[in-house]
Amino acid sequence: MLKNRIKTVMDASRTRGWVSEPDAKGLLAEGGLTVARFTTVTDPERIQSAAADIGFPVAAKVISTRILHKSDLGGVRTGITGPEELAAVFEKFRRMDGFQAMLIEEMVSGLELIIGAKIDDQFGPVVMLGMGGTGVEIYQDISLRMAPVGSDDVASMIKCLKGGRLLSGYRGGVVVNRNELTRTLICFSEFVMAAAEMIESIDLNPVMCSAERCVVADARIITKAANDSTIS
Amino acid sequence: MEKTWLSLNGPSPVSQPAAWDFQRMFHPRSVAVIGVSLQRDRHPANVIFNKINLRYPVDVFPVNPRGGDLFGQKVYTGIQEIPHIIDLAIIVARAEYTLDILKACIDAGAGGATIISGGFAEVGRLDLQQQLAELGRHHGFPFIGPNCLGVYVPGCIDTFFIPPERMIRPQTGKVALVSQSGGVLVDLMTKFAEQGVGFSLGVSIGNKALIGELDLLRYLDNDPNTGVIAFYIEGFARGEGRKFVLAARRCAKPVIVLKAGKTHDGMRAVSSHTASMAGDYAVFSAVLAQHGIVEAANELELISFCEVLSCYQDAVDGRVGIISSSGGHGSLAADICGRHGLSIPAIDAQQQAEIRADLIPSVQPIASLGNPIDLTGSATDGDFLAAAQHLARSPNIDCIILLLLPYSPEITSDLGARLSRVCRRNNKPLAAYVPHVDRYQMLIEGFEFNGVPVSPSIKGAVLMIEALRRSRPC
Repeated sequence: MLKNRIKTVMDASRTRGWVSEPDAKGLLAEGGLTVARFTTVTDPERIQSAAADIGFPVAAKVISTRILHKSDLGGVRTGITGPEELAAVFEKFRRMDGFQAMLIEEMVSGLELIIGAKIDDQFGPVVMLGMGGTGVEIYQDISLRMAPVGSDDVASMIKCLKGGRLLSGYRGGVVVNRNELTRTLICFSEFVMAAAEMIESIDLNPVMCSAERCVVADARIITKAANDSTIS
Repeated sequence: MEKTWLSLNGPSPVSQPAAWDFQRMFHPRSVAVIGVSLQRDRHPANVIFNKINLRYPVDVFPVNPRGGDLFGQKVYTGIQEIPHIIDLAIIVARAEYTLDILKACIDAGAGGATIISGGFAEVGRLDLQQQLAELGRHHGFPFIGPNCLGVYVPGCIDTFFIPPERMIRPQTGKVALVSQSGGVLVDLMTKFAEQGVGFSLGVSIGNKALIGELDLLRYLDNDPNTGVIAFYIEGFARGEGRKFVLAARRCAKPVIVLKAGKTHDGMRAVSSHTASMAGDYAVFSAVLAQHGIVEAANELELISFCEVLSCYQDAVDGRVGIISSSGGHGSLAADICGRHGLSIPAIDAQQQAEIRADLIPSVQPIASLGNPIDLTGSATDGDFLAAAQHLARSPNIDCIILLLLPYSPEITSDLGARLSRVCRRNNKPLAAYVPHVDRYQMLIEGFEFNGVPVSPSIKGAVLMIEALRRSRPC
C-alpha cells in the first residue's frame, strides 16, 4: 500500500528530481513518522485562517518547483509571531523563482538531529543518524547502518555518536525520548526499504527530538533518475 | 522477476545458486597445465608445471595443441587426450583460446579450472569474460579468475607462476585468505609466513568473472580446514556487498576484511547531507562492523587479527589485564589499549595481596600489582604463572596481554607452554608480545604451538585483543 503511494508521488516528482516538502512529509506520515503539523496556502486571503489552525508562533517556508535548498535563498522563516509578519513573508516568497505555495508549520523544539538515507551501490539502502544543526557537515558526527534496522541497531547507532551523551540531557539539556527515536528510525528504515528502487537519498533535517516526541521538521527526498530503477 | 534490495535480504532458496563445490579444485589429485611452451622454460605455464611436477603429490599433465615432449614427459594436444579424469585445469593460454579450452575441460569432466591468463575486462574485453562466466554457470563448472594467480593450498597445490625459490609460503594452518589482487596475496603470504601464521588456502580471484568473495565465503564456512576467513577487497559489484555481509553474519567463523581504495570515494556532486557524509568507504566500514565482520586497517592489523582469531573465537568486552617484567612496557601497552577503547580495570587491594603471597620472596616487595602488573626483571617463571593464574580467574578481567622480555635471567624457554595452559584452562584469551629474534624461537613456539598468539610488537599484541572485541556485531 505504502509502496504504491510512494510510487505515485515519485513518478510525479521525477522530472523535477526531488519531492516537494508537503508531499515528502505526507508520505513519511503515512510511514508512521511524526511530522510537524503544517498547511499550505496559495491565496493571501487564506493566510490568517490557516495560521490560526496551526497556532502562532509558526514557521513559514517557500514551496517552489525551482528551489531545493530553501534556507540558502531565504525561503525559510521561523518564529513568526503574528499575522502582519506572516503576510509580509508571503509577499516576499511570492516573488521567488517558481513560487507555488507557502507552507505554514508549527514551531517544534528539542535537540536537533539529522536522519538520512542513501542507496549505496554496494550495500543498497543505508540509514544515517547524526547530530544536527548548522555544523552538521563540519562535525560529521554520524552513525551509518545497512537498512532495515532493528532496535539493537538503533541503540548502537546512538552509542557510536560522539555527541550521543547530549541525548541523555547533558548539563540540563533536553532528554530525548529513546523509545520515540528508536521507533522513528525503525519506521524510517522500513520506509526506505519500500522506496529503495525509486530514490537516491533522503534528508530529514532537522528532526526535533524532545522528551515527548521526535518530529520531522523538514524533509528532502531526491528521486532516482528514471533510467536507473532496478538492480541486476 | 525484478530483483529488489528487499529480496536480497533473506536467504531465499529459490534465487540463491547452489553452493559451488571447490573440493576437487583445491585438493586435486590430477592437474592439467594448459598452454605450456615447448620453447620457453620460463613461460608461466612451464613454471607452474615444473613446480607441481617436482613439489606436489599430484599427477600433472602438460597440454599444448602441438603436442611434443617436455622434460621427457608427453605433452598432450588437448585435455580430452589425457588418460585420467582431471580435477584441476590450470589455463595459461592466450585469452582468445580460453573459451574453447574451457569447453574442452567441461566435456572432459574436469573438477574446475583456474584461468591465469589476462586479456579480459582489465583491457576492455568484458564480453570475453562474460562468455566464460555464462559457460561455467550453465554447466555448473567452477573456475577462478581470469587474470589471477590462482590457488595455494599448503602441501596440496600451488598454481602461482612464481618460481618456487622466489616464493615464501605459509605453513599449513587455519587462515584462508581470498584476495582480489594476486600481488597483494603473494606479499601477504610472505608476511604471514614470517609471522608463523599458517594457511588453509590462499586464492587470488582476479577479475572474478564467475567465482567471487561470496562463493568462497560459503565454501570456506563449511571447510573443516579453515578457522578464519580473511579477504583483501577492492570493491564489490552492485548489490554484491549486501549479499556478502549478510552471508558473513550467518557464518560461524570469524571474517576479516582489509579494504583498499578507502579514499577514492567516487565523488560526485551530491544534493543531500546524507549522500555527502555517507561516502562509499564510510558506509563500507560501518556496514562491516554492523555485521560483526572485523575490518583490518592495514596489513599489520590483518595479520594480527588472523593470528588471534585462529586461536580464539569468542568475543571479549576488552577488560584487559597486563602482565610484564618491565613497568615501561606495561605503560606503553596501557596507552595503546586506551587509544583502542580497551579498559585496564584496577586490581583491588585484596586481590593484590593474594597475588603477592604467591610470588617468590625476593619479588614480593618490589613487584607492582595494580594493573598493569610489573613483576620486575627479577621475576621467575613461577611469578608469571602466579600472576596469570589470578588474572585468569578474576571476573573483572576478560583477556590478558603478556609482555615478555626474555632478557631476565630467571625466565626459561618453557614459560610459553606453561602460561598457555593456565589461560586455556581458565578459558581466558591471552596475547603475548615477545621480541622476535631467532634465539627466542623456542619460547615463542611454546606459546604458538599451544594456541597462544604472539606478536613481535606491543601494538600488535594490543591489536589482537582489539580484534576479539570487534568480532562482536556493533
